[in-house]
Amino acid sequence: MKWDDHGMKTPLARAKGLGAARGCVENWIKLRVTAIGNAILAIWFFWFLSGVIGASHADFTAALADPRNAIPMILLIISMLIHAMLGVREIVEDYFHNEFFKISKLVGMYLCFFALGVASVFSVLKIAFTGGL
Amino acid sequence: MSASPELKSKRPLSPHLQVYKPQMTSLTSVLHRVTGVALAYGLFVFTWWLVAAAIGPEAYGMFTDFAGSGIGKLLMFGWSLAFYYHFANGIRHLIWDYGKMLTIKDAYASGFFILLVTAFMTGVTWYCLLTFAGV
Repeated sequence: MKWDDHGMKTPLARAKGLGAARGCVENWIKLRVTAIGNAILAIWFFWFLSGVIGASHADFTAALADPRNAIPMILLIISMLIHAMLGVREIVEDYFHNEFFKISKLVGMYLCFFALGVASVFSVLKIAFTGGL
Repeated sequence: MSASPELKSKRPLSPHLQVYKPQMTSLTSVLHRVTGVALAYGLFVFTWWLVAAAIGPEAYGMFTDFAGSGIGKLLMFGWSLAFYYHFANGIRHLIWDYGKMLTIKDAYASGFFILLVTAFMTGVTWYCLLTFAGV
């Protein structure tokens, strides 16, 4: 290990990131925090859904344009995507034993989730700022 | 430190999932992961829904036609089932993380409970959708 060659780092700094999951406890905590966020926002989401099932495009976009709906929707997107990224990552790290496939899968997954996040947040903002026109 | 291919092939492997009798603890854990992955795939359709609405009435109509079709309803049913399971079992996990209900007896009781909740909530949701929302 090249960082063993010099004594500039503390033992903690040397150990960080070298665990089996290449990371520390922060991902474990993030997964729980986003779980709580998802649980709260999911209740709002089902309430919102119950009002827009079968709605026309004009009615749906008008409902989503309301800040009381657009804001929780954006929060839900962010919380869900972080939760999904960390959750799927945990599974991939457990079951993909070939390092190349594992890293490829993780890179592809992260790019995918990031694209989904930008696309859905942009869409909510567009609807919110234009009233869906 | 990589072992030679010969040595690697003869190395005894620890028993894997399939040799164990299914238990409430392992079953609920596996289902939590399976439903989590299913819900992650659902994010594609969730994004399609929002992007279609942002594009306009025609694109949104394509989405609602899909969601209302036979395959669409089947997928929505699957995702509602996966959602209720992942939600209920997720709360069970948070209770465990808090250090409560960690005995085998409690884990079995809460396991049965969340399976019942999942079946009940999915049933109620689809009863309401089919009866009142005309889905």
